Amino acid sequence: MTLKDIAFRSLRRRKARAAFVLAGLLIAVSTAVALISLVQAMNHDIQHKLEKYGANILIIPRTENLSLTYGGLSLGGVSFEMQEIREADLRKVGSIKNAANIAAVGPMVLGVVEISNQRVLLAGVDFHAVRVLKPWWTVEGAAPRGDGVILGSEAARILGLTPGAGLDVGQRRLQVSGILTPTGSQDDHLVFTRLSTAQSILGKEGRVSMAEVAALCNACPIEDMVHQISAVIPGAKVMAIQQVVQGRLETLGHFRKFSYGVSGILVLVGALVVLVTMMGSVRERTGEIGIFRAMGFRRSHVVRIVLLEAVILSALAGIFGYLAGFVATRVAFPFLVGSSGAAVAFDPLLAAGALALALSMGLVSSAYPALLAARIDPNEALRTL
Amino acid sequence: MSYIRAENLVKQYGEGDAAVTAVRGVSFDIEPGEFVAIMGESGSGKSTLLSMMGALNTPTAGTYQVDGMEVYSLDQDRRADFRREFLGFVFQSFHLVPYLSVLENVMLPLVTLGANGTEKRARAEEALSKVGLTGKGHRLPGQISGGEQERVAVARAMVNEPPILLADEPTGNLDTRTSQEIMELLRDVNGEGMTIVMVTHSPDCASYSRRILRIADGCLAEDTREVPPGREARQPSDSGPINTRCRSNGIGSVVL
Repeated sequence: MTLKDIAFRSLRRRKARAAFVLAGLLIAVSTAVALISLVQAMNHDIQHKLEKYGANILIIPRTENLSLTYGGLSLGGVSFEMQEIREADLRKVGSIKNAANIAAVGPMVLGVVEISNQRVLLAGVDFHAVRVLKPWWTVEGAAPRGDGVILGSEAARILGLTPGAGLDVGQRRLQVSGILTPTGSQDDHLVFTRLSTAQSILGKEGRVSMAEVAALCNACPIEDMVHQISAVIPGAKVMAIQQVVQGRLETLGHFRKFSYGVSGILVLVGALVVLVTMMGSVRERTGEIGIFRAMGFRRSHVVRIVLLEAVILSALAGIFGYLAGFVATRVAFPFLVGSSGAAVAFDPLLAAGALALALSMGLVSSAYPALLAARIDPNEALRTL
Repeated sequence: MSYIRAENLVKQYGEGDAAVTAVRGVSFDIEPGEFVAIMGESGSGKSTLLSMMGALNTPTAGTYQVDGMEVYSLDQDRRADFRREFLGFVFQSFHLVPYLSVLENVMLPLVTLGANGTEKRARAEEALSKVGLTGKGHRLPGQISGGEQERVAVARAMVNEPPILLADEPTGNLDTRTSQEIMELLRDVNGEGMTIVMVTHSPDCASYSRRILRIADGCLAEDTREVPPGREARQPSDSGPINTRCRSNGIGSVVL
């Protein structure tokens, strides 16, 4: 028999008290786990949606002119006087420190062409990058191949073209592969073709008008990436498209602080429950401690018995608290966020954290009762029996 | 030098007007292998004296030595070690831990020793067999009779093979027949060389001892040794009252 056996037997003997301590620790740990998991899952969900959101960094040529467009209404032709970015410079984006966070770089060359006596804005794009950058695009017809073009819905209506139709742009004969369903953006007015085709038609070989970058934002420092891209393309203006995201992240930040606050209070209350219950337990066991001391147990042995009991209960609370918090988050997440609970995954770090939290709570709040037990006068203790 | 030596032991509880002096300057020597009964009326101070002998109750004044060691000059940890190595306790109310089995209760003094589990178990089973409780080790204290519980307490006191056994009213809660069995058990234990100091108010129990220290009002009133047949008393300690007054330590009142 060892001190550990005595601790186990004592817990089994005092099931109600043990259950009370366990409940105090369990509630605190499971709530902390649930809230932290929820914040993590919501964060993950936002990042996931951000990726769906498409481009979040814009690279445009640096210009000294002010924009003369507002709400889709253009008041001047200054946009066509802009400088361009060299395509070779754009490739340097792949060399930045956070290059691994870049999902796609979409160069775009823009220029005005005449089609069926209509002045139309021709956009040359990389259709592979577009899939990542504009995931909301739906094309009626087929994806463009070779010299195929995709028409914005308004462009198709005004030009009176349908998939399969041919159109002459300068000296080139292009074929309409598909038509975009309305997006509500300027894309509806454009004619899209391959970058090289557009560059050739517009006489802008090796140059692009702008580029969109999709950065995977899961823990990626978007502002840092903006600085890094600016550094490799000094002639360009790099901007983060993050107003909407910023708002949601701020809300999430407030929720995170609130969650930590609530967790902290619950941990404190749980620790007090453990403290009070263990104090009661020590008082109840005064006589028993007297017997141990008469049998030659040192004060440190008594401290170890009390702390061992705390460790056993804390370890149980840590394991079951994590599981309870995890299950609660999985159940609550779809109701709270409106997404599926798939984003709530087992997190070994959080599980280890829950165990560490429970053990710290149990040990810290049992330290004083353990010292109290050690200080019990054995003679007085035996007289209580 | 005697094996156990108490000199002018005083125990006072409380302070000032509320002070109560339970033991007032008691001195005695005990040799190895003696079986000593401490007798006296309720409240005479005999249990306080025994608790001081058990290194459980620090005297207000006086000295207490065992095997040349000044017990109350030891720190708390060394005092605990002293209890484990030198003393076995048998209490009136058995003082068994209710949630530990009989065998585990007997193993208690061995818990803090370095010996392995198998050895501890073997020693505990041997102690149980000595007190006639073979096969009852798995039971809880509440599942055996009072007499058996006291036997468990005796086994627990012996398991560590300490040189001294201190018993406080070991038969106080037992019927006459069981009391006799326990006393015979203690006599057997004493026969194996263990020094026994037993507090009792029962003359029947005291008759098993070979020396009686009678305490009255916190003082040692009488120290009587059994005189072997055919031998006359030669010393005061052989013949009855030897100390009818307490020595003053300047603490509390003094009974003259």
